[in-house]
Amino acid sequence: MSTQTTGMVLDLKGLLCPMPVIKLAKAIKDIPVGEIIEAFATDPGVMADIPAWCRTTGNELVTLEKNDKQFRFVVRRVK
Amino acid sequence: MTVVDLPLANTLTVQSNEKSTKNKLSMVIFSGDMDKILAAFIIATGAAASGMEVTMFFTFWGLKAIQKSGVITGKGLFGRMLGMMNRGGLDAIGPSRLNMGGMGRWMFKLMMKQKGVASLPELYEMAVDLGVKMMPCQMSMDVMEIDPQLFQDNVEPPVGVAAFIEEAAESKATLFI
Repeated sequence: MSTQTTGMVLDLKGLLCPMPVIKLAKAIKDIPVGEIIEAFATDPGVMADIPAWCRTTGNELVTLEKNDKQFRFVVRRVK
Repeated sequence: MTVVDLPLANTLTVQSNEKSTKNKLSMVIFSGDMDKILAAFIIATGAAASGMEVTMFFTFWGLKAIQKSGVITGKGLFGRMLGMMNRGGLDAIGPSRLNMGGMGRWMFKLMMKQKGVASLPELYEMAVDLGVKMMPCQMSMDVMEIDPQLFQDNVEPPVGVAAFIEEAAESKATLFI
C-alpha cells in the first residue's frame, strides 16, 4: 500500500518564494492521487512553507530534509 | 463610568444575510508601488496555489498594476496630465521608497533577477494561470479617466464597493495593500 510508485521529480533549485510552492501546486495536479513528488530546492523558506502548504491543502508531507545547502522533500498527493 | 442608552429610534439596524464563508481570500490593492504590488501578487499566487479562491480588487493607484504597458490614460487636461506623470503597467511602476526617478526601480529589478525572484510580469501571469480574479474599481477609473479597454485582457468588468463587500463577506481572509 505504501509502496512508492514512480512519481515525479521536481527541480526547484534557485527559485525563491513563492515559486517553490506554486510549482509544487501545479505539478501535483499532474500526478494521480496516491503518488509522490520528489523535489529539490535551495530556498531555506521551503522548511516552513512546504509543511504549511501540505497542512493547508491536505496533502501528505513524506520527507523534508536539509543536506548541506540543498533541501529535498517528498509530498504524496492525497486528494 | 456612565452608560448612555440610545433611544431605539437612533440606532440603525442592518439585516445581514448570514452566508457561510468559503475558502477564499479577498484583497484590496490600493497601492501602485512596485514593492507593494509584488507583495500582493506573492500572497495572491501563494493563496491560489494553496487551494484558495482569490479575488483582487484594484482601486486608485492600484489600477496601474492591471493597466497594459505603454498606454497613456486620461481624456481631459488633468486626466491626461495624471496619465503622463503616473504611467501604468507593471514595468513602469517604481518602489514606494528610494525610487529616485526610476533608478530605484532599475536597481530592485536587477537585484531581484540576480537572486532568482520571479519578476512582476511573471507573477502576474502566474496569478492569471491560477485563476485569480481581478476586478477594477469603477469610481476610481472615472476619477482618473481610465478606460476599461486599457486593462489587461484577464481583468473583469469594473465593479463598486458592494461587489467587493460581497466577496469579502464570504472570505476567510481579507487584506488591504
